[in-house]
Amino acid sequence: MWFIYITISLLLISFFWDRVKTKKALVLAYQRFIFILPSFLVMLILVSLLLFLFPQEKIISYLNYQSNMWQIILAALIGSITAIPGFIAFPLAGILRNSGISYTTIAAFTTTLMMVGTITFPVEVTYLGKRVALIRNLIGFFIALVIALIIGFYFKEF
Amino acid sequence: MSNKEKKDKKIFPKKVSWLIIFTYFTYILFSYIFNLSSGIKIGQHLFAFLSFMIRILPCAFIVIGLFEVWVPREKVEKHLGYLGGWRGYFWAIILAGTMAGGLMVALPVSSVLFRKGARLSVIFTFLGAAAVVRIPMTLFEASFLGVEFTTIRWLASLPLIILSSLWLEKYLVKQNFQIK
Repeated sequence: MWFIYITISLLLISFFWDRVKTKKALVLAYQRFIFILPSFLVMLILVSLLLFLFPQEKIISYLNYQSNMWQIILAALIGSITAIPGFIAFPLAGILRNSGISYTTIAAFTTTLMMVGTITFPVEVTYLGKRVALIRNLIGFFIALVIALIIGFYFKEF
Repeated sequence: MSNKEKKDKKIFPKKVSWLIIFTYFTYILFSYIFNLSSGIKIGQHLFAFLSFMIRILPCAFIVIGLFEVWVPREKVEKHLGYLGGWRGYFWAIILAGTMAGGLMVALPVSSVLFRKGARLSVIFTFLGAAAVVRIPMTLFEASFLGVEFTTIRWLASLPLIILSSLWLEKYLVKQNFQIK
């Protein structure tokens, strides 16, 4: 909860320095928050539906032991559509690694998990527009594939 | 803003969005009343994410608001704009690495940086880095997959993110692109 303390201290410092400015900052914060709220609600709805329709444990079982190109792309696709927070994803990746799944596949999965946001897409569209949000996520997808290959070469998996 | 641009910023028309939201919450409410397991499960997922976001988002928006009134435009232009040179990318990565909340916070931050005159390639580097190099997450990753794995991933992803951001900037600057 450290960020709550930081926010409150910044707010207090600002308030004693200049009340008018601080009030303006709060009004701006409120406006920006209201601006994003509808997209944010849509995102939460998508997350909860997606987690229900595709239970995460089940999806992970599609990752398997070969590391050919299709397997890497499959791992990247799975990483793109799932929405597991890091504190669950990495322990899971550790377990996958111990059960013999290649670093290449794991890298494709965890990197797309971080860089491609299917679920955060409505929010991204609100700020960047459909086209740029799409381009940015596609770039993320390809960067993840390249990273997976580099990691595969480094660990001599090819 | 022209009509076409307005359309580009939304996935569904407003009426459809509200209809979806309404149907969804009605279903969850009914599930809790009549004890339907599917709706209750969806509801639990919703509340888990909602409680996390409700703690982090108000703080993020207040800090962004304070940034907006206190930090002068020249400062941002000097360090994160065209005047900043390569140091802009450096600051973008440091900021992304130490920030909490991921993309949900990074997007509103990028919007305020844009209004203050940061250049697009620095902003896209920031958004990309916010996904892959957040320090708490990285430490976590290294402890489960090894320091080597994480180091290679950092070394490989940062140049790729900066290069793709430069390309994206080149492509978008001609079209007078705006971040809302």
